[in-house]
Amino acid sequence: MSRFSKATLAAALAIGLAGGVTGALADGKYSGVGRAATPAEIHAWDIDVRPDFKGLRPGRGSVAQGEEVWEAKCASCHGSFGESNEVHTPLIGGTTKDDIKTGRVASLAKGDAPQRTAIMKVATVSTLFDYINRAMPLTAPKSLSNDEVYGLVAYLLNQAEVVPADFTLSDKNIAEAQARMPNRNGMNTDHGMWPGASAARDGIGNGGKPDVKNTACMSHCKTEVKIASLLPVYAEAAHGNIAEQNRPVGPVRGKDTSGKAAAPAAAAPLSENAAATKLAADNGCMACHGTANKIVGPGYNEVAAKYKGQADAESKLVAKLKAGGQGVWGAIPMPAQTQLKDEDARRLVKWILSGAKAQ
Amino acid sequence: MAEHPTHRGRIRPAPENFLSEADIAAVKEGRRDFLRKALITASAAVAAPGLARAAEGDPNILTLPPWTTSLGQAVAAHPYGLPSQYEKGLQRRESPGLTRMPQVSVAFTPLQGLFGIITPSGLHFERHHQGWSDIDPSRHRLMVHGTDEGFVKQPKVYTMDDILRLPPVSRMHFIECGANTGMEWGNVAVPTVQYSHGMLSCSEFTGVPLRLLLEDCGVDWKKAKYVLAEGADGSSMTRTIPIELVQSDEVLVAYGQNGEMLRPENGYPLRLVVPGVQGVSWVKWLRRIEVGDQPWATKDEAIHYIDLMPDGRHRQYTSTQECKSVITTPSGGQLLLDKGFYNISGLAWSGRGKIKRVDVSTDGGVNWRPARIEGPVLSKCLTRFNIDWAWDGKPAVLQSRAVDETGYVQPAYGQLRAVRGTKSIYHNNAIQSWKVVESGEVSNVQVL
Ligand code: HEC
Ligand code: HEC
Repeated sequence: MSRFSKATLAAALAIGLAGGVTGALADGKYSGVGRAATPAEIHAWDIDVRPDFKGLRPGRGSVAQGEEVWEAKCASCHGSFGESNEVHTPLIGGTTKDDIKTGRVASLAKGDAPQRTAIMKVATVSTLFDYINRAMPLTAPKSLSNDEVYGLVAYLLNQAEVVPADFTLSDKNIAEAQARMPNRNGMNTDHGMWPGASAARDGIGNGGKPDVKNTACMSHCKTEVKIASLLPVYAEAAHGNIAEQNRPVGPVRGKDTSGKAAAPAAAAPLSENAAATKLAADNGCMACHGTANKIVGPGYNEVAAKYKGQADAESKLVAKLKAGGQGVWGAIPMPAQTQLKDEDARRLVKWILSGAKAQ
Repeated sequence: MAEHPTHRGRIRPAPENFLSEADIAAVKEGRRDFLRKALITASAAVAAPGLARAAEGDPNILTLPPWTTSLGQAVAAHPYGLPSQYEKGLQRRESPGLTRMPQVSVAFTPLQGLFGIITPSGLHFERHHQGWSDIDPSRHRLMVHGTDEGFVKQPKVYTMDDILRLPPVSRMHFIECGANTGMEWGNVAVPTVQYSHGMLSCSEFTGVPLRLLLEDCGVDWKKAKYVLAEGADGSSMTRTIPIELVQSDEVLVAYGQNGEMLRPENGYPLRLVVPGVQGVSWVKWLRRIEVGDQPWATKDEAIHYIDLMPDGRHRQYTSTQECKSVITTPSGGQLLLDKGFYNISGLAWSGRGKIKRVDVSTDGGVNWRPARIEGPVLSKCLTRFNIDWAWDGKPAVLQSRAVDETGYVQPAYGQLRAVRGTKSIYHNNAIQSWKVVESGEVSNVQVL
């Protein structure tokens, strides 16, 4: 025991001396707890950048320099232009010259954008700098130099046409870039969901006033119960076998959604789309494909887009389904769907090419 | 009791755990007795030669099972205990297709099978932005400093030895991701309560009030308006926290969860606890607190965790989790085994304080009855409610509606959408509906 504590003490002393940690302890109630932080320690961790650029360290990087780093360290996940949907929602796209003028991304109000990219949402350029600096690239965060981060932000802003191709971003001119951010006027803090002081008291929001008011009516509260939405067939099958996600005893059991259960008694005939949806679920297609997103294989929307207008697509894809294969969408193979009857394979392909609608 | 099937204490997964489509069809045809038959057959199959004895009684009684007639296992066979092998259905799960990388993803808590208000630590939901690590606590540091000199007199570094020396408090609180139920804003998207509401957990947390640490560093309460909390993971997750919550003593720098240290997936060895506020602010693997006077607009308060409104603007710094409730059983994807008595059970919570009342409807919101509130009723904590229900075998729509101590009543989908549209992603606290059909099948539906 005594040897152990001596060793610990020696180690503690060594660390204390090596780090030069001799700052006076705050002489408070909890004496002996904690120690002064050194300036070097604070400098090492205090990397945050605020919207007013407090915390931003001097530096510079051009669009061209940024592009080089981007291609080497970012494009594999986000695409060459920040457009990729592969591992995350796209960073760039969906903003216009007009948005840069107004500072409001118009398609957000119209609701016609296929997806909301980062540049459509973000109001503050500091956010991009701070986040890339602290967290990207995903597998090697905090490996970028300060100037590389300036270059990367410049490159992304250029992709969104916020800055020209010959632009060099620096701590001196970053405010100019801020003044052209496409959604800089797109944030609203007038709501009741900030738990601190209200805007009226130099904080944020309305002081906690809710925006929706229900009343606790107890009887005859309405004349009609309108079911506005039901669970789509594919969503049930896509979440594994629910029977295995419930306890085997008690008042209820989980429903068998394995698709292996006996065929149900003939019900009302399904619409063509509903029948194909069910077929896709029953054949396990939805485990690897989303209707609107990639899972293991491509999203059906991507398949439909790729083969749009190609007359021979249907027979080609039917053959591919039966035989399986790889290389069209990536290195991962699709297993041969040998269980499929020819007419079912054709039905599925037709459905996919027509947009894979549920109903 | 003779009227009721004998589905207790099964040894093996028996066929009745997995109703086939044919069984369901049988119920639809009105052969409601099929279950009882299936159960008796199943029991008989397990405890042969039960068939002959079935008339005399339950073979599980008449033939003593091995655990009654043999020596059991030794103590500490599992030095860290595990749930029964029969409970393996209740696990954290991902929702397929929701995210594209398992390190940047979420695993949902199986609310459909939990009791009371405490979430077992191993079933606490997970949400990571850049994977999780099991951090060596002897190398973990917490730094407290100010944006400038003047916010705190003495910036300090604390080791885990230091933090664990300070006087602790233990408090029970819920944590809910701001995106919980987010997939359902526009329409029904997921089959069960695990996926619709499972970014919700509740634990007893032990730690030191952040106020104590700020005071230990000599904070200037007059200058301080916000703190920034930062994690030690690759994402170094950062969020802005209002100083008023810190001053109220509610915000904890926590290391304990349900009597042991935090689990690595939940922030071992140190996380922030911000009661009533969405999970993303409960920064895990907490390494740094900065005291300042302006919010930071970090990535997760400027690109994500912002709520798109119909006017095309995003609400920023939405943090409070408003009053909400959900029936956890019977719930989506489950099957009621027979007509008769059921206990409808669920959870209610509010980021603004205590739950005052929960009402339950079985007719889609036309008529409501007050549920029994089970104690303890704590501020910003899950509250369990129960209510009796005799199912007559007819279609029903089950709903719960919570009221918190501020008088706020949980809204219906129609009310919420009228103000916020359907694209907000975050902060969906609408009344959840579960439809029950004659076959006993329960499914997720939305009622406006
Ligand atoms: C291995 C894949 C990968 C690489 C390489 C990568 N990223 Fe990312 N990036 C992601 C993922 C995943 C997220 C989302 C993280 C989250 O949800 O918190 C992300 C988020 C971002 C964001 C925030 C946008 C948003 O919507 O959350 C920016 C900006 C960004 N990355 C820039 C970069 C830059 C610049 C590089 C190169 C230095 C890079 N990324 C390299 C995967 C990657
Ligand atoms: C185990 C995962 C898996 C399953 C199950 C699966 N797929 Fe695929 N699918 C893939 C992969 C991976 C690809 C990409 C193959 C490639 O790159 O050539 C793919 C490709 C496709 C394509 C596009 C083929 C091309 O050459 O462009 C279609 C159409 C398709 N799948 C439909 C289906 C249907 C219908 C089913 C169900 C009967 C199904 N898939 C089941 C993984 C799967």
